[in-house]
Amino acid sequence: MFPIVAAQELAKDIKRLTLFAPRIARRHQPGQFVIVRVHEHGERIPLTIADSDRESGHITIIVQTAGKTTALLNMLEPGDCLLDVVGPLGKPSEIERYGNAVVIGGGVGTAIAYPTARALHAADNHVTAIVGARTRDLLILESEMRAATDELLVMTDDGSYGEKGFVTDALRRLMAERRLDYVLAIGPVPMMKAVAEVTRPQAIHTFVSLNAIMVDGTGMCGGCRVSVNEGSQFACVDGPEFDAHRVDFDVLSRRNRQYRSLEAESMAAFHADPTPDLELMRAAGQLTREIGPHPARMRSVAR
Amino acid sequence: MNKPVNPNNPLTLKERMQLDRQPMPECPAAERAHSFTEVNQGYDPQLANCEAMRCLSCAKPTCVVGCPVGVKVKDFIDLILAGDYLGAAAKIREDNVLPAITGRVCPQEDQCEGGCVVGRKKESIGIGNLERFVADYEQRTGAVGLPERAPRTGKRVAIIGSGPAGLSCAGDLVQRGHEVRVFEALHELGGVLAYGIPEFRLPRAVLHQELRNLEAMGVEFETNVVVGRTVTIDDLLGNEGYHAIFVATGAGLPQFMKIPGEDLNGVYSANEFLTRVNLMRAYRHPDYDQPVYDCRDQEVAVVGGGNTALDAARTALRMGARTVNLIYRRSAAEMPARKEEVRHAVDEGIHIMHLTNPVAYLGDERVRSVRAVKMALGEPDESGRRRPMPVEGSEFEVPASIVIVAVGTTANPLVQATTPGLATTKRNYIVADPKTLRTSREGVFAGGDIVTGGATVILAMGAGRKAAQSVHEWLTTGVWQMDPPAQITSTPAV
Ligand SMILES: Cc1cc2nc3c(=O)[nH]c(=O)nc-3n(C[C@H](O)[C@H](O)[C@H](O)COP(=O)(O)OP(=O)(O)OC[C@H]3O[C@@H](n4cnc5c(N)ncnc54)[C@H](O)[C@@H]3O)c2cc1C
Ligand SMILES: Cc1cc2nc3c(=O)[nH]c(=O)nc-3n(C[C@H](O)[C@H](O)[C@H](O)COP(=O)(O)OP(=O)(O)OC[C@H]3O[C@@H](n4cnc5c(N)ncnc54)[C@H](O)[C@@H]3O)c2cc1C
Ligand code: SF4
Ligand code: SF4
Ligand code: FES
Repeated sequence: MFPIVAAQELAKDIKRLTLFAPRIARRHQPGQFVIVRVHEHGERIPLTIADSDRESGHITIIVQTAGKTTALLNMLEPGDCLLDVVGPLGKPSEIERYGNAVVIGGGVGTAIAYPTARALHAADNHVTAIVGARTRDLLILESEMRAATDELLVMTDDGSYGEKGFVTDALRRLMAERRLDYVLAIGPVPMMKAVAEVTRPQAIHTFVSLNAIMVDGTGMCGGCRVSVNEGSQFACVDGPEFDAHRVDFDVLSRRNRQYRSLEAESMAAFHADPTPDLELMRAAGQLTREIGPHPARMRSVAR
Repeated sequence: MNKPVNPNNPLTLKERMQLDRQPMPECPAAERAHSFTEVNQGYDPQLANCEAMRCLSCAKPTCVVGCPVGVKVKDFIDLILAGDYLGAAAKIREDNVLPAITGRVCPQEDQCEGGCVVGRKKESIGIGNLERFVADYEQRTGAVGLPERAPRTGKRVAIIGSGPAGLSCAGDLVQRGHEVRVFEALHELGGVLAYGIPEFRLPRAVLHQELRNLEAMGVEFETNVVVGRTVTIDDLLGNEGYHAIFVATGAGLPQFMKIPGEDLNGVYSANEFLTRVNLMRAYRHPDYDQPVYDCRDQEVAVVGGGNTALDAARTALRMGARTVNLIYRRSAAEMPARKEEVRHAVDEGIHIMHLTNPVAYLGDERVRSVRAVKMALGEPDESGRRRPMPVEGSEFEVPASIVIVAVGTTANPLVQATTPGLATTKRNYIVADPKTLRTSREGVFAGGDIVTGGATVILAMGAGRKAAQSVHEWLTTGVWQMDPPAQITSTPAV
């Protein structure tokens, strides 16, 4: 079992969890992820390793509520345990001295992009981070990103903080100002697709991290296959980062919709009554503190 | 000819030849098509005795030759006749440590039973059924005597992969006094036995009992470790202080045919479909969280003709599919699946389309149908089977909202890619000396599907035992010498 040693709410429905997973901490490189199974009846879901520390054996994940499993993760606190955590999986980001690098994070994509931004900076690149969020309250890791890069541009859809507009607006402006050598974009599929279209005419080296639906994360099921360069690749072992100009984003969006109705069913059942899941965890010794009905948190999870 | 050759068997040889094979009691097809309970219900002692009586106690038992690990079939049947079922189980265990499993899943018709002389005139002796009977008897009575463990040697062995190859190697090595730890990438142990072969053929309780036995013998297990990612072979041999490694990672990578429409929603590899259902229990969604497309009232197509294809087809049927079409490019005679499974599948209502091959999957969001073409058999290919060729102008459509592709698997490259100096074949299988299972890296052995390509449970298990013998020799002598490189292709790192 993998104990949670720290937990912090970063924004509404976004939580940073620190886990004790020494084997994973020892070998983690930026761009890699873990697959987590919360409890005995749980599904396997991928989450990027946002940070790791070899000394203490800690890894950090940042989880945004998207459905049942992430909602459950967002309810956990220090002292609770996850049943299974496996990794580090996937190919690490290709860190080189590119020159002018731009790292774009949309929503929780900022968390996924953060370790790579930091590694690029350490490798002597001039790193500009562009982080986007719908609104000010959903912005995460601003100070971390600022500390890890040379320049930080904040974009919000509603203009409540930073500049009003999309991350692509900031990107276009940068492209007009200087030559860019490397772009990494991580976030919702439409955002990644838009970035790919912006950099395509100038053929700027552009990478995206694909959030395909995964099961094992080791190449064994083929469920995570994505269409790259007209061929099929497995996101968990051939990626998750791919050349943005070769990815068919429409196939990715389509495949990510596969289980919509079943996912909604899970979420509704969990929202109506989270106790079966919590009891399961308690029976397995994964949960030791008292859990009340948690009305406040459940409401936020419900939307 | 008429003198009894076995004191425990009162019948003359002629009388024995007159007996018919005792059928395996089965859950009725109509009932089992909707449930995951085991199809075969097992012999009771009376049926087992009747079947054992049919054995001719041959002086030169050809059944033993047919078994890849040389189970002493005649001897264990003899012990059944003497009423010593535990003795019979012990006899099997001398060569086969997972009899409850092999008795259920071996392709007996090609192996032990294929070699049985009775099979020339009548149906061969039900060797698999008898093997299963004694193993189940052992489990039911809880009387399995765990073999004694030799004094500790202080040597540590890491085993990569918990399929039949890894498990049998672990069992043998721990008995010899070595410290053994099995690393498994998934959260559950058993390899294909856990995520691939469904409950209705191999109940999990049978596997779990074998795992408990190994644990009781002192084997340690660590799940959630992907060797090549979480830890490397070099780490294990270095920092972690292991003296030898056995790589038994199987051939788990699914292959696709690279035809149009394979990325449509609803097109699965058999591995994905079976993993979702067997390992993740998606058939119990939403009580279990992992989803899988609802098969209820759907038309399902499965592509392939092996055990995997049949398991996927029968699983889809049990999950409520209205029709299941199995699309296979060769004819019935060439189907590689166990004959019993084919018969069971047909009885349950699986429709097999022989000499048919998919050319594309059609649909917009979700797959709607399979475009298939009729095949005709041409000249024999390298496998000796006649090569199927498409019949021009014979294209037609098979409606399907779920397609499961089971056209073979290949090696998972993670260990090979992260272990410098480990020789591999062109197709990325690990090269191992056939006699010793030594690889090109000192202290590293490999066996099972990762060396041979997808094969059988008993062959993987045999490889595990051979590796154990060889690892033991290396640990006790410390001499690493390779036979002349019969099949080693790249330079061994000495
Ligand atoms: C390589 C990778 C790294 C990721 N890193 C992070 C991260 O650091 N933080 C974070 O919050 N999220 C991350 N995600 C996304 C996260 O895995 C999904 O949000 C999560 O699986 C949703 O599960 P759920 O049960 O909460 O929601 P559900 O209601 O089950 O699903 C919501 C949506 O999430 C996607 N999804 C569902 N199941 C899976 C699955 N097994 N694998 C992948 N996607 C799935 C689907 O598109 C689905 O429509 C990452 C995804 C990938 C592929
Ligand atoms: C659906 C299906 C049905 C079958 N039916 C039959 C049958 O009826 N009869 C029969 O004889 N054979 C059958 N087979 C074939 C048989 O199961 C295999 O030949 C046998 O399991 C191979 O054993 P193995 O130990 O070599 O590998 P596997 O059983 O494949 O086990 C390998 C294990 O290694 C793990 N692993 C892989 N990579 C790593 C890594 N990097 N780090 C850690 N762990 C790793 C895997 O997760 C897996 O658990 C069937 C196969 C399938 C898929
Ligand atoms: S191990 Fe398999 S082949 Fe050998 S005797 Fe038993 S059932 Fe037959
Ligand atoms: S070959 Fe057949 S009849 Fe002869 S000993 Fe073996 S099982 Fe018995
Ligand atoms: S998640 Fe199964 S192959 Fe990638």
